[in-house]
Amino acid sequence: MSLKRKDLLSLASLSADEITLILETADSFKEVTGREIKKVPALRGKTVVNLFFEPSTRTRTSFELAAKRLSADVINFAPSSSSVVKGETLLDTARNIEAMQADIIVLRHSSAGAAETLANGVKSSVINAGDGWHEHPTQALLDLYTIRQRGMSFKGLRVAIVGDVSHSRVARSNIYALVKLGAEVRLVGPPTMMPCGVEKLGPKVYHHMDEGLRDVNVIMMLRLQLERQGRALFPTIREYSRLYGLTADRVRLADTGVIVMHPGPINRGVEIAPEVADSLSSVILDQVANGVAVRMGILYLMSGANS
Amino acid sequence: MTSPTNKPTERKDEKLIMDAGDISRAMMRIAHEIVERNKGVKNLTLVGIRTGGVYLAHRLVKRIQSIEGVQVPIGELDITLYRDDLALRKDQPILRKTSVPFDMTNKVVVLVDDVLFTGRTIRAAMDSLMDLGRPEEIQLAVLVDRGHRQLPIKANYIGKNLPTSRDEQVQVLLEEDGEDDRVVILKA
Repeated sequence: MSLKRKDLLSLASLSADEITLILETADSFKEVTGREIKKVPALRGKTVVNLFFEPSTRTRTSFELAAKRLSADVINFAPSSSSVVKGETLLDTARNIEAMQADIIVLRHSSAGAAETLANGVKSSVINAGDGWHEHPTQALLDLYTIRQRGMSFKGLRVAIVGDVSHSRVARSNIYALVKLGAEVRLVGPPTMMPCGVEKLGPKVYHHMDEGLRDVNVIMMLRLQLERQGRALFPTIREYSRLYGLTADRVRLADTGVIVMHPGPINRGVEIAPEVADSLSSVILDQVANGVAVRMGILYLMSGANS
Repeated sequence: MTSPTNKPTERKDEKLIMDAGDISRAMMRIAHEIVERNKGVKNLTLVGIRTGGVYLAHRLVKRIQSIEGVQVPIGELDITLYRDDLALRKDQPILRKTSVPFDMTNKVVVLVDDVLFTGRTIRAAMDSLMDLGRPEEIQLAVLVDRGHRQLPIKANYIGKNLPTSRDEQVQVLLEEDGEDDRVVILKA
C-alpha cells in the first residue's frame, strides 16, 4: 500500500485504505516529535511553499514546523506582500513559485476548488490546506488521528459534529472520512446551517442538540464562522449559544468516555463553555500537537520523486 | 508462506546457504563474541534494524541472557527517513516505528542487521542513532556479510561471509515471519 498521488486535495477522493495509511505513517512521526532532536533528514533538499491566501496561524505554523522537522526548506508566501494585489492570477503566482523549483505547494484559498485548479496547472505536489467551504483534509486527518490515539476504532463509532456545518470545510472533510471508515456521523445544528441534502453523504441530521449528543463517543464542535456567513443565520449569538453551545450538562448526555474536539480557534462561551474546553474530556490541544505529526506524514508520503 | 513442519533442505528456486542449525550456531557464537569483546554486559545495549535485524537482536538478547544471566536493553530502528535514495524513489516506503526506550549516553550499542551489503543501511542507522542520543561506541553484528561495500563500513561480528555476485539476491528468512529459518540465494 502506498499513496500513489501527486496531490492531496480532498478526503472525498481518498479510499479508506489510503486514509489508514496516512494515519499509520503519522504514528511513526509522532515518535519523532517526541524525541529530543525532533528532526529527520527525509526531505533534505526539498522545498515546501506555504501559499496562504487566507489568514491562518495554526495551520500555516503546523505545516511550517512539519516541513522543517523533515529538513525541507520552507517559504511562506503571503499574498498581501506579493504580486497578487497587483492583479496576478492564482495559477500565474503558482507557476512563478514552481519556477523556483518548489516540490510541494501547500495552498489555503477562499474559493472552493482552488487547490484542484492549481494541481492541474503545476507539476509540484499540491496539498489543500483549506479551500473555501469545500474541504480541509489535513485538519480532518489530524482529528481522525486524535480519535485513534484515544484507542477508539472507527467502526460503529458515534460522532456528533455540531454547529455551522454548511460553512465548514472541516466538517465536510470529516464527514467524508468518517463515513468511509464506518463511523455513525450525526450533524447537529439549526436548519439554516445544514447543507441541503447532506444526508445523502451518510450522516443523520439533528436540530435538537440534546437528542444529537445522546450516547455519542466523540463531539466535534465547529467554530461559528461569522466571517463566512453572508446573512444572519440565527437571531442572536446568545440564542445560538443557548441552543447549540456545548455545556458540561450536555456533555453528560454523551457516552462516559466521550472526547470533545474543536478545530480552533475556539470562541469560549459561544459554541463551547470554558469549563468544557478545559475539561479532561477535551482533546483540543492534543489535536494541535498531533497536527504536526500528521502533516509530517503527509509531506513524507507526497515527497516521492515526481515523474 | 510454508508451514513450519515442512522442512525441505533445498527448494527449487533457491540455493540454501545456512539452515536453521547453522543460524542458531552462528547466533550463539556472535552472542559469545559480543560478551567477550565488551568484557561482560555492563553498558551493553542492542539495537535491531527493521525488520530482520529486530528479530535477530531479540534472539541475541536471549542468548546473552543465557550466558550472563542479564537481559540487556533492546531497541528497534526504522532507518527509512535516513535513506540516501528517498528523494529518488517514486513511492515512499512504508514507515515503521523506531523505539529506543533507553538512554544511549555512555552505552555501547551493538547494531544488528541480517545482511550487510553496500553499507548504506548501516550509514543511515548510525546517523539515526546519533540523532537519538550519544552512544559511547557503536558496533555492528550481521548474520551474513555478502560483500560489495560502497562505503567504508565493516562489521565487528559476522555470522557468515558469503561471496556473491552483485546482482544475486540474498535472503534471510526467519521463523518470526512465518518462514523456516534459513539463508538462501534466490536463483534467477
